[in-house]
Amino acid sequence: MSVRDDLAARMPGGDAGLIVFVLVSAYLLYILAGIGLGYDLRGQLNSIATLTFYIGVFAMLSLALNLHWGYTGLFNIGIVGFMAVGVYVMALVSKPVFVPGGAAQVGGLGLPLWVGILAGMLAAALLGLVVALPALRLRADYLAIVTIAMSEIVRFSFLSGELQQFSVLGNTVGFGGGSGLILDFVPPLQALFQSVGLWGVYLGFVDAFQVIVPTNPKPVVDGIVYGLLLLGFVSAFYWLLKRTGESPFGRVLKAIREDEDVANALGKDTDKFKIKSFMLGCALMGLAGILWLIPQGAVTPNFFRPRVTFFIWIALIIGGAGSNTGSVLGGAVFAAVLYQGPRYFQNLVSAVFPNLGSPAGFGQAIGPLISQLDPVPLLLYTVDSIRQLQLVVMGLVLIWLMHNRPDGLLGHRKETASVISLSRPKTMATDGGSVEGGDDE
Amino acid sequence: MSDAADPPVDDVATKPDEDALGAFASGVETTVDFPLQVEGLHKSFGGITAVDGASFEVEAGSLTGLIGPNGAGKSTTFNLITGVLKPDAGTVTFNGEDITGEEPHEIANRGMVRTFQIARELSDMTVLENMMLAPKHQRGEELWRSVMPGVRDDVREQEEELLERVWEVLDFFDIAHIAEEYAGNLSGGQRKLLEMARALLTDPDMLLLDEPFAGVNPTLEKKLLKHVHELREQGYTFLLVEHDMDLIMNNCEHVIVLHQGKVLTEGTPDDIRSNEEVIEAYLGGNV
Repeated sequence: MSVRDDLAARMPGGDAGLIVFVLVSAYLLYILAGIGLGYDLRGQLNSIATLTFYIGVFAMLSLALNLHWGYTGLFNIGIVGFMAVGVYVMALVSKPVFVPGGAAQVGGLGLPLWVGILAGMLAAALLGLVVALPALRLRADYLAIVTIAMSEIVRFSFLSGELQQFSVLGNTVGFGGGSGLILDFVPPLQALFQSVGLWGVYLGFVDAFQVIVPTNPKPVVDGIVYGLLLLGFVSAFYWLLKRTGESPFGRVLKAIREDEDVANALGKDTDKFKIKSFMLGCALMGLAGILWLIPQGAVTPNFFRPRVTFFIWIALIIGGAGSNTGSVLGGAVFAAVLYQGPRYFQNLVSAVFPNLGSPAGFGQAIGPLISQLDPVPLLLYTVDSIRQLQLVVMGLVLIWLMHNRPDGLLGHRKETASVISLSRPKTMATDGGSVEGGDDE
Repeated sequence: MSDAADPPVDDVATKPDEDALGAFASGVETTVDFPLQVEGLHKSFGGITAVDGASFEVEAGSLTGLIGPNGAGKSTTFNLITGVLKPDAGTVTFNGEDITGEEPHEIANRGMVRTFQIARELSDMTVLENMMLAPKHQRGEELWRSVMPGVRDDVREQEEELLERVWEVLDFFDIAHIAEEYAGNLSGGQRKLLEMARALLTDPDMLLLDEPFAGVNPTLEKKLLKHVHELREQGYTFLLVEHDMDLIMNNCEHVIVLHQGKVLTEGTPDDIRSNEEVIEAYLGGNV
């Protein structure tokens, strides 16, 4: 068991220390890789901004999934469906009103962005309710089947021509079908800073940034600020879910995960608790989906394939289900190592060894191994295709984790489900009751 | 063992709503005497009839035993009363109200709480978390109250009150020394104690214990029984399912014998002991 003895225990600062350590190492690695790839400062800043972005989205999503799976034991494998509904409803509400001849095929209702975001979250929560109502009454695994089916139904619905264009309140709106939607509203950062009257200040800051990045610094600054904004959202998610977990509400969720019949026999209306937990998690998944896709400027239904759901599951399993701290850590490790890592690794290898001469196809790679027991071509081929092998790598990591650290990187971490510390209140005398205890059995 | 020193019998387990029960007295006569009434209960699974018209009553403040040979329908009856199963026919009345077909949590909230045959602790929660879960109507069970700044202080206040009661009950059951343990690490006997303690924290009028002494060593059995008797003296009503005849005979003042889904007979332990039919049912004489 000594292998599993905590990484965090050996780390100064405990869990927080470990998270800081992981983040700092990830950024250092990326900077080193950037140097290896010969990035200039602009390139380095962009690569850091991208890394921060993915750490942010995966941390948010695995926090939301932790509420479902880690706390309540709800097996949701349709995460991506809730993200899709969040994004599409947000687009429907916030896209500008259709004008013939404009760039966009369809319009929206033209409401402010924050209204759209709230509507998107609400829609994701309501979809959660619709999914949960029948499924929660059945055995637990049925929820898994229903959710993954739902996520595919959602994707195909947004792909369908029927919903491509329709009319709401006299506006031509729609979901764009297979060609997708342009998210042609005021950019989110601009909307945010304008709403607090700091847009001018922000633009001034961007100009000042020319000292570091002389030409066109705005995309660079936007990327970094958006990354920081996402980390702010991660903190907000963490705060919300920590309070949710460390409360009587969270206690009932935990009891449902352990044994629903017991919670029921103690007078808890478990269906109600499960539905609330499910809807909250779905709303957060909707929000995370919105924050992921807003900066892309467009959205197509095929982004929302089930693989994204499984990425989030891997992130949660790396960090350890049941722990909010672990969820953040898992999201960060997944984003840095498994999601972005292979691409950087491959680029780095081809930058450092430009004339590696990898075989062009699998046949040429495997041939020498069979005929002359020469493994080098296969090795080169593998390195060259590491990006295509990303899913294989993820699978291997998952298998290794299941064998060696089934409780996740942080090991067995359980946050106590109560608002207060549960040690004996000081006002109470330690009385005789426990003194002669210890003889049970 | 611990019989020598009496555990502190304080106001921990005193029933808060004896008055409420008393109020019923003026209204409906029978409900006072018999908080639980079961009438013509019937349940079959496919072709097998598990409970076939069982009718009985449990007197307030009594320790009533429900016995019967294996397959007599004890557990099914129990599940029908507590709402885990829905009866095909018949009624269950608790404190004068028809509770037939209600959900388990509704029935628990009415003041009738059960324990399970195989102790079902919530293993990945500590003993303290297990105990804190039980009290009814916790403010913090509303999500928004637990999350909203400001309002959460109300929740904190109630948590502090509950925590004190939890520790008192832990003391009462002599399990305070394992309070911080994960429930999954407890021994079988400690789990039984935890389960009874947890049920008590829901403030019930009546406790239904499903084979609480199965697989329990004699020392612990004595200890559990002592707790049951103490609680009964404080006014709680108990319905005990057991198939250990001797245990029931020595501890219950009223015994109901189930056989093939029907009440074979009921009465004082002495009546039952001398009843030919019961002996026959247990020894399978009618086969």
